[in-house]
Amino acid sequence: MLSINQAETSLQKKSKGNLLSKLAKSKEFSVLVALFVLCLVVSLLSPYFLKMQNIFNVLRQISVIGILAVGEALIIITGGIDLSVGSVLGFMGVMTALLAKLHLPPVIIFFAAIIIGSAVSTISGLLTTKIKINPFIVTLGMMSIAKGFSLLITGGMPISIENNITYLGSGYIGPVPVPVIIMFIVAAIGHIFASRTLPGRNIYAVGNNERAAKLSGIRVDRVKIMVFSIMGALCALSGMILSGTLKTAEPTAGSGYEMDVIAAVVIGGASLSGGEGSIIGVIIGAAIMGVLRNSFVLLGVSAYWQVVAIGVVTIGAVALDSLKTKRD
Amino acid sequence: MNTGVLLRIESISKSFPGVKALDGVSFDILEGEVHAIVGENGAGKSTLMNILSGVYAPDTGKLYFAGKEVQFKDPRHAQETGIAMIHQELSLANHLSVMENIYLGRLTRNRFGFVNYKEMYKKCKSDLECLGVTDIDPDTLIADLSVSQMQMVEIAKALSFKSKLIIMDEPSSSLTRKETEMLFATINSLKQSGVSVLYISHRMEEIFEISDRVTVLRDGTYIKTLNTKDTNAKELVSLMVGREFNKTFQRKIKKIQDGEKPILEVQGLSYGKKVNNVSFKLYPGEILALTGLVGAGRTELVQTLFGLYRKESGKILLNGKEVEINSPTEAIKHGLGLVPEGRKTQGLFLGMKIRENITMANLPKLCRFLFIESKNEQEKAEYYVSKLRVKATDIEQQVRYLSGGNQQKTIIARWLLNNPKVLFLDEPTHGVDVGAKSEIYEIINNLASEGVGIVLISSELPEVLTLADRILVMHNGRITGELSREEADQEIIMEYATNQLNKEMVK
Ligand SMILES: Nc1ncnc2c1ncn2[C@@H]1O[C@H](COP(=O)(O)OP(=O)(O)OP(=O)(O)O)[C@@H](O)[C@H]1O
Ligand SMILES: [Mg+2]
Repeated sequence: MLSINQAETSLQKKSKGNLLSKLAKSKEFSVLVALFVLCLVVSLLSPYFLKMQNIFNVLRQISVIGILAVGEALIIITGGIDLSVGSVLGFMGVMTALLAKLHLPPVIIFFAAIIIGSAVSTISGLLTTKIKINPFIVTLGMMSIAKGFSLLITGGMPISIENNITYLGSGYIGPVPVPVIIMFIVAAIGHIFASRTLPGRNIYAVGNNERAAKLSGIRVDRVKIMVFSIMGALCALSGMILSGTLKTAEPTAGSGYEMDVIAAVVIGGASLSGGEGSIIGVIIGAAIMGVLRNSFVLLGVSAYWQVVAIGVVTIGAVALDSLKTKRD
Repeated sequence: MNTGVLLRIESISKSFPGVKALDGVSFDILEGEVHAIVGENGAGKSTLMNILSGVYAPDTGKLYFAGKEVQFKDPRHAQETGIAMIHQELSLANHLSVMENIYLGRLTRNRFGFVNYKEMYKKCKSDLECLGVTDIDPDTLIADLSVSQMQMVEIAKALSFKSKLIIMDEPSSSLTRKETEMLFATINSLKQSGVSVLYISHRMEEIFEISDRVTVLRDGTYIKTLNTKDTNAKELVSLMVGREFNKTFQRKIKKIQDGEKPILEVQGLSYGKKVNNVSFKLYPGEILALTGLVGAGRTELVQTLFGLYRKESGKILLNGKEVEINSPTEAIKHGLGLVPEGRKTQGLFLGMKIRENITMANLPKLCRFLFIESKNEQEKAEYYVSKLRVKATDIEQQVRYLSGGNQQKTIIARWLLNNPKVLFLDEPTHGVDVGAKSEIYEIINNLASEGVGIVLISSELPEVLTLADRILVMHNGRITGELSREEADQEIIMEYATNQLNKEMVK
């Protein structure tokens, strides 16, 4: 039959398809172009931007947002959202300081913090799946709860950390800050997880069509809880990094980060309606947010205007996303 | 019948990335005719209809409506000009009511500018009654309707525009005989009043029943327009596939041997109102059809067996052993499979690739330590794509860009790949073309001869009558009759389905 032969030959032809043209068509590519253009503009406006010192500075800023964005992306791909990332991060900084006070070895502190962080977010996951509360509301509540506990525990005062766990935030390997290395490791693992593994595939399936996922034998609730658990672990990791950088746990550290993180995820090509997005895209999205923040500083934009600008960028990114989905 | 030309289609072409969906198609649609369009899956039927109704703009070519050239900006513009369309994929808003869906964007307002619900409700009810639909309340949410009820609402919506041309893209694909008859009555009365209808269907018997003329498309090109009464199914199918087509599938009836043990036994299963004390046995290698009117509870029955709903009472035995199935995951572990009805709502992962859609239910077996063996996955997907003749640019294409019938094939592939011991098929050939259908019948037949037990739900009686060894008829959640294929025919099944008979009267 004519049509079959055609279909088969075109199948063969296409599977060998040229990699470059595929790359140029991919979503990540357009985000990458946007990042380059942004960098170009900023470097023209401020020659300081391309200094080695500043580049590592930007990368360090990006690292916390980037790590959180990997977790947030997984949640958003399943069709959920987590607004509590910033305050859980702050809470985990405080927990790190408390654990450090017990003079535990850094390795123990590290794993303990990861487990606690994961447990905190798992609660959000359980509430959204088992009691079926909207994740928006659950995590909004969790945001307040985590922030409240941070303030209660510290009495609102910063706690200094004297423990080698701070290496995660303030260490260097050669000229490269440790957080930057951690971010790349998290991104690499996240990318492989999302694109090559069974649970990663399930995340996309759940976000695409929950009912079909269920009928294909995927345990939908488990997948949704899992992404929250991962998010919590990454909040803990970021909490250790951020408090380690300053060697102090600030109870209000990380507040407002959810904005940058969600914006990074959406700019990186994930859709808030779920089912779509890539880790590479999200990391580029985080880079765009980091460069934006850095350029505000370099160009002398006041801190208050920065807050306004981030809000505008977030709404802009989400608006683009919803226009895009409407068109489909 | 008037013989004026209502719509002239002139060398319309349309390409999508990687495919030329339409290539210089030209033909005329006359006033007051029912014009059928036939062609294989992916031939370009829906693409052409989408162009006629303003969803896509053609790359090249012209449309003349009632003698004047028209270029539609959007579907609304086409509607205002007089062309309404019933889409192949239901396009209703799930969280709005039936009434709101039908009058979306043109709600009746009272003099204060508020929506006049009472009047709209009345109008809606009468619109539905014109179609013979009495069991849908205009206030019901779309989400609460069955697939076929949704289809009736979609039809009512298109009719409510008072158009000159109504395009119906597989309107009958999830309707049973009774509802299809209502639809045909409506089409005939539209025709009387001078409205033209473009009718797409893969069911040949419908083409011959309802159409005046029929146009064949193949691989995006126009082949021929024929007077329906001057042609026959064999000729049409041969034109569609481009070669002599005389494959007719025949299945040898499997007789249950004495002392044979059932592979699946269901005893007194109940779930809500839709599944009421159902008992039956399924033997290895047997194809058991479940028929009945829409809403009889067939889908709910298999979905309960598949663990999607929690049964309220009853037992399920596999190979004589009682099993507890609390989720589809467990059902799959026990060797069950389900091709669900409603490909968009329950089957497809639209944003994912063909490959990913095909392997979804089988992925744990394609993994090593949770890592997907991509080479293996790719081979499996490619095998089924060519076996089922899925027309696509490659297996990495997003399934959303496939034609309806080809999407359906990917879902069937998903479950064939899973090697089930018991397979539930809920409208498996929904929207699949004639050639591919006999291909699928052959595959189902082969599965059965390997000892797989198959439960088939189909609103297409010819399908049931070709495949089934035994037929169970359901009515209101109960099994009201059992027939062998020899004793089954259209009338008897209908009588059971409407519960006018009970078993003793036949015997
Ligand atoms: N939006 C799109 N993007 C890319 N390709 C498309 C798109 N829509 C349709 N196609 C391709 O165009 C071809 C024709 O598709 P179309 O939906 O018109 O087929 P059809 O005749 O309606 O088939 P079916 O009987 O299966 O419904 C197919 O190969 C399909 O994959
Ligand atoms: Mg179609």
